[in-house]
Amino acid sequence: MQTNNNSNSIKKAEFLGGAKAAVPLIVGGIPFGILFGTLAPSSGLSVWATMAMSLIVFAGSAQFIVLALIAVQAPLEVILLTTFVVNLRHLLYATALVPHISHLSLPLRSLLAFGLTDETFANMSQRYQPNSPLGDDHQFAHFFYLGSMFSFYVSWSSATAIGLILGNVIPDMTSWGLEFAMSVTFIGMVIPYLNTKAMFSAMLSAAIASLYFAHLPNKLGLIVSALIGVAIGLTVVHFQKASIPQEKQI
Amino acid sequence: MNEVWLIVGMFVITFGIRFIMFAFAGKITFPIWMQQSLKFVPPAVLTAIIVPAVVMPTGEIDFSWHNVYLLAAIFSVVISVVTKSLLKTIFFGMLLFLLLKFLMG
Repeated sequence: MQTNNNSNSIKKAEFLGGAKAAVPLIVGGIPFGILFGTLAPSSGLSVWATMAMSLIVFAGSAQFIVLALIAVQAPLEVILLTTFVVNLRHLLYATALVPHISHLSLPLRSLLAFGLTDETFANMSQRYQPNSPLGDDHQFAHFFYLGSMFSFYVSWSSATAIGLILGNVIPDMTSWGLEFAMSVTFIGMVIPYLNTKAMFSAMLSAAIASLYFAHLPNKLGLIVSALIGVAIGLTVVHFQKASIPQEKQI
Repeated sequence: MNEVWLIVGMFVITFGIRFIMFAFAGKITFPIWMQQSLKFVPPAVLTAIIVPAVVMPTGEIDFSWHNVYLLAAIFSVVISVVTKSLLKTIFFGMLLFLLLKFLMG
């Protein structure tokens, strides 16, 4: 058995290790937090709701997409439906992490779930690799998780606040055509996905469908096109299975 | 729009998705086809947002050279493919967009 002192120092090492692992991803994430805070008021979101979204919802890409929807006056139901679809990928992350966290208490599991972002998932995937610098004893690896999620939470909220202040100092950002900033951000996020035929087919069909369905009421064209893209992607994967024995895992 | 419901709704949905697997701690699993379809969701959603925003910035489809949104978007795709860097894509894409907008009025 480990002594109390010993386990405390392991917990501290794990927490600091998680915070440290988060740093490169935080550096990349800060400009987006600032951009979010800058764009939000010009999309029609109030200052308190902008801040609350980063503090309470804490979901970077969904927050950007919601801004785009608010800007075109999409109704609440459509915004929430889109949030649901966009955040579904977290189910994948949670499924992958469950074996490592199922022994923890329910309150602790709910805290960890709150902080399950793309970035913290990436950090945890590395922590559970056999070559992790903190070793392959995962008894306190959830402190690594806490260190990573805490760093992201603080940096994302601070960056949002900085963006809100900047947007206030430099008014009328919309007249500069800054809504293009959102499009270019999404382009930079989406292009790295283009590495399989299935993904290419999914994105091409979603692109064509999005123009065809652009005038559906309540911006529902977005959801319809995304579902068409997913269906086409799945179909291609299905037909590829015959020729390729093993589909590459994420 | 009621912003309180917006925040509450987004929180419930986002947290719910993140928590459901942790709550049941491995007692539920998803079929393979569903796990496969999840990885197509983010790129499909993002594509369906980007394309109308840059192809029809005024509400009508515009594939002409006068559409600076489309020109800057095509350039950004090239930058992203070449540099594979999100920040470089945003920086140079935005730079070209503002330049084109300035030149073409």
